[in-house]
Amino acid sequence: MKLLFNYLIFPGFLFSLFWGGLGWWVERKLTARFQYRVGPPWYQNFIDILKLFFKEQVIPKDSFKPLFIASPIISFSSVLLVILFITQALFLKESIFQADLLVVFYLLITPSLFTILGGFSSANPLASCGAAREVKLMLSYEFIFVTSLIVVLIKSKGNLSLEGIISLQKSFPFLGSISGFIAFILGLIWLQAKMGLVPFDVSEAEQEIMAGIYIEYGGPLLGFFKLTRALFYFILPLFLILLFWADNLGWHLIYKYLIIILLISVIKNTNPRLRADDIVKFFWFLLFPLGLLAIILAILGF
Amino acid sequence: MGLKEKILTKSLWVFHISAGSCNNCDIEILDLLTPRYDVERFGIQLIGSIRHADVLLITGAMNKKSLKRLKKLYTQAPKPCFVVAVGSCTCSQQMFKPSYSMQAPLDEIIPVDLYIPGCPPKPEAIISGIVKLIKKVNR
Repeated sequence: MKLLFNYLIFPGFLFSLFWGGLGWWVERKLTARFQYRVGPPWYQNFIDILKLFFKEQVIPKDSFKPLFIASPIISFSSVLLVILFITQALFLKESIFQADLLVVFYLLITPSLFTILGGFSSANPLASCGAAREVKLMLSYEFIFVTSLIVVLIKSKGNLSLEGIISLQKSFPFLGSISGFIAFILGLIWLQAKMGLVPFDVSEAEQEIMAGIYIEYGGPLLGFFKLTRALFYFILPLFLILLFWADNLGWHLIYKYLIIILLISVIKNTNPRLRADDIVKFFWFLLFPLGLLAIILAILGF
Repeated sequence: MGLKEKILTKSLWVFHISAGSCNNCDIEILDLLTPRYDVERFGIQLIGSIRHADVLLITGAMNKKSLKRLKKLYTQAPKPCFVVAVGSCTCSQQMFKPSYSMQAPLDEIIPVDLYIPGCPPKPEAIISGIVKLIKKVNR
């Protein structure tokens, strides 16, 4: 009973959906204010998602139906599992088992992977174009995130549990050191690319390939993708805070979360969209050496 | 009127179909998204894919070629969706009526929920039309 409550209400699905929807709204509102617009009301994202579940579901004739239907649901449920792991560590101060950092890392790859598969299975040329771009994007951003995770692991002396990483940062967060700061910046760029926000939104690129991966999705299945996105707005900033900035938790989480959302929004609104090959170059030849530098600094103890 | 319609009218995602228009109405539609009018505060978004659409915004007098595409797009849109005709050409074919490539007025092809006449209609007129559509659905 307690487990079910933890999984579905607090700190599981409903709580994180509420928080994530509000975080998404803050981002949309900030974007609107950057452009001197008024912006949507606070409940807009909830209404959008709810509306999608009332719409008719169209399944394209030529698509590979099992994968087309399964991929939004799988990506949604894997994010829900990640939320269980991270919120247990953040709010209830306990790890479910040792080495749950690795599980979280793998489960965070799953949604992107199934978005790609969904795009490929929908039998639309624009969707497969978007999916191919997302593959390139994934090869670059996950690669960078591994280097920034290695910095965390060196600093935590090989402790792979989320709870252990939090307890090590009680007195001094990893963000305070030079290598930790570089790794945090890399993590922030990873977050931007993972959410598909503007400099890295080649896979959806509204003006170029319409909605890219999501072009054939509509109705409830698109609703599942939007739910995944809302949950991403909750979990990815919190994961970053957990890894690098976990000195004061509790109510301090709110302003840390808002600062990260503000940073994302500023990056989003001051940059144009990069080309897919430029993104790969940016990640591999600019950010990867930076990541190596951070690892060396971390080994030396800075 | 139920909860379903109320939610639908709070977040209208608009798909813009240009069926052979002179580009004038299209510019006025883009004006709606600019800081001066900002329809996103009502939850209205311009989206790229027909599968996400709640409203089909049609501009231009339909000629032979765009008619076929228009019918296809209407069947592709997930229901419930509304059809809005923007501009005098779309509403009544205007001065293009005797032209060789004109087939039929829009409302003989697909059901139309709202007509916004004008050449081109002002952004204010389009917003007031959308408000009338929302009132009609909610009644």
